[in-house]
Amino acid sequence: MIIRPYGDTLDDGAVQLSFTLPVPEGPRGREAARIFMEKLGFKHAEVVHSHAMAEGYSFYVAYAKTEIFVDYDAIHIEEATGEKVYSMNESCEVIREQLGRKVVIVGACTGFDAHTVGIDAIMNMKGYNHHYGLERYPEIEAHNLGAQVPNDKLIDYAVKVNADAILVSQIVTQKDVHIHNMTEFIELLQARNLRERFIVIAGGSRIGNKLAVELGYDAGFGKGSYADHVATFIIDRLIEKKQDY
Amino acid sequence: MDMKLNLSEAKIARARELAVAIVNPVMEFVEAHTSLTVERAALRLAGADGADADGVPVPNLVVDQLKGKLENGALLYYINALVKTGETVEGLNAKIAGGLRVDEIPLGDRGAIEKKTAERIQAFAERVKRNRAHREAKLVQYAGKNHSPMLYLIVATGNIFEDVKQAQAAAEQGADVVAVIRTTAQSLLDYVPYGATTEGFGGTYATQENFRIMRQALDEAVDKQGRYIYLTNYASGLCMPEIAAMGALERLDMMLNDSMYGILFRDINMYRTFVDQKFSRMINAFAGVIINTGEDNYLTTSDAVEKAYTVLASQFLNERFAYAAGMPARLMGLGHAFEMDPTIKNGFLMELAQAQMAREIFPEAPLKYMPPTKFMTGDIFKGVVQNALFNFVSQATNQGIHLLGMLTEAIHTPFMQDRSLALENAKYVMNNMADLSSEIQFKPGGIIMNRAHQVLDEAVAFLERIEQIGLMDAMEKGEFADIKRPRDMGKGLDGLVKKGDEYYNPFESFLKSELGLER
Repeated sequence: MIIRPYGDTLDDGAVQLSFTLPVPEGPRGREAARIFMEKLGFKHAEVVHSHAMAEGYSFYVAYAKTEIFVDYDAIHIEEATGEKVYSMNESCEVIREQLGRKVVIVGACTGFDAHTVGIDAIMNMKGYNHHYGLERYPEIEAHNLGAQVPNDKLIDYAVKVNADAILVSQIVTQKDVHIHNMTEFIELLQARNLRERFIVIAGGSRIGNKLAVELGYDAGFGKGSYADHVATFIIDRLIEKKQDY
Repeated sequence: MDMKLNLSEAKIARARELAVAIVNPVMEFVEAHTSLTVERAALRLAGADGADADGVPVPNLVVDQLKGKLENGALLYYINALVKTGETVEGLNAKIAGGLRVDEIPLGDRGAIEKKTAERIQAFAERVKRNRAHREAKLVQYAGKNHSPMLYLIVATGNIFEDVKQAQAAAEQGADVVAVIRTTAQSLLDYVPYGATTEGFGGTYATQENFRIMRQALDEAVDKQGRYIYLTNYASGLCMPEIAAMGALERLDMMLNDSMYGILFRDINMYRTFVDQKFSRMINAFAGVIINTGEDNYLTTSDAVEKAYTVLASQFLNERFAYAAGMPARLMGLGHAFEMDPTIKNGFLMELAQAQMAREIFPEAPLKYMPPTKFMTGDIFKGVVQNALFNFVSQATNQGIHLLGMLTEAIHTPFMQDRSLALENAKYVMNNMADLSSEIQFKPGGIIMNRAHQVLDEAVAFLERIEQIGLMDAMEKGEFADIKRPRDMGKGLDGLVKKGDEYYNPFESFLKSELGLER
């Protein structure tokens, strides 16, 4: 199936955009905005609003149509979890029945990142958006080490509590420092011969499963992920591992 | 101001009594101690500045030389070196950067040291008083030009020269306050880097030169826009008082300064933080700097509805710690935030109740109100509405300092257009309902009034509990923000020093006398 963005008619290809140009507001700026969109391949580009923001900068809201399409059937998605995501109670039931012991999960916001909002959303008792965090799961022993935890300290701690899984959170990053930090974590694990010992998961607003797997993680969770997704992945992977033996 | 919530004055007075009883024992400890950064701050006030070839700042070089002697205060040795070498401060700083050891110079005549110290105090006091006079004159010259609440925007490029462009753009768009965010993890450095910097992550290094560069840029904007622009940075972390000292010297107008934030959210040792915050706040108070406290942070780890009382309780404690540092209420930008889950039925009413309650309990404080962050989703269209409601509450309850919400919160550091749209949003809402606050009353026994009463009751009960067990024990037990901090753990404890009988810090004595803290 071929698809295009939907405005008010199937296949009209209507898109809204907003952006800033480093030029003063005026007819020349508006024309520059329109030409820019045509260069992007849009048809019928229309600047519907512009205003001056600061000396030498102007803001544009625009609509345009595109003939570019996507073949919906040819898409492969790379999410860490499949269609089935366990609720908290289901997770705990599966752990009791299939693993018969508590699952130990250690998490931290690593490197210089001081923003615990991501790891807290997944781990804190309260959770996020009506999805309880891992601390609330009776069958999971969750250790949230908080912010600015050095990579080697996180590994030491995971060894100490004999963790099944390690969660690495990276929220506020600039100039791709998160990629450097995430890579270093995997390298440290490998250097200490511990990579296979843990299920290693990355999370953060700019992290997807694809990126995380490329960097050597078992999975990655980005926007819209809750404790349910993370728990489901870990439990399924632990069951797989158990069956391998 | 209209009191609309019918809050019990007796309960508010009880909360303040409890805050005194909670803070006093901590202050006894504080009075008996100094720290590496308090000593370095005193040196900076006296003129110590610069760095050696490896970038180690002169105040750190001096304090490092004096390991084991700090119970006497670092100032004694620095001033002695000034007297003995006959150098100017600039000359002495250069020599120290070149390897001179002040600890190896025999202590000279006490009278000469005291005379030289008095000169340095006078130079410091004149500079800071000149800064205050300049600010006050500009505020008179451009009276009535700032928004109310003041609109606060953040820049954070990592490069001070890029920050300057964004800050000037923000001023042109209508900001009253421009805050430069510090680079990630600077709070954990036990020194303040030297000079202009262009490499930071998620923010720009707080250095005295960066302060000066931004102040100069904003001063240009002040006269161009015909509106005073408040410059803000952080006095927090392991160098809290040193950064306050730099802020006083370079005329910053606001500084983020919380009495407990470092302990809870940066795992800095509690003894160290309590000692550091006192000296930093004395410097802020003398410089006329408005502090911004960090209660909003509680709500990023705890639930904003259930734990609303911890915000109020912390405001009472921050207020008490600030009074204990000689700070007047008009400089206390006590913090709170619009962080309730947007799906809660009548959540807006509870936000309104919380903001109005803070306004009535702290009538003189320029309350610092923080925008939604935790429940910003990436749906920028919904984000605009959330920010509009936040703007509404802020205006309807006469908040003092209004940090603008970004529609792209939780996606990236703001684009220039994000700031512009945030300002347009706030200006529209606030102008459109400019006098709403004086037009509305709340229904007795209604949801809003009941909620405010409930939060005050809970805050008093919470403070009673803290008073029983003591503040440090309470922090060990995780009473604040659900975070447990053992008193002997955390960063910076080894930089704490018990003052000796001969402890010499006339800058501290001077500030105490100026701030009316001398008994």
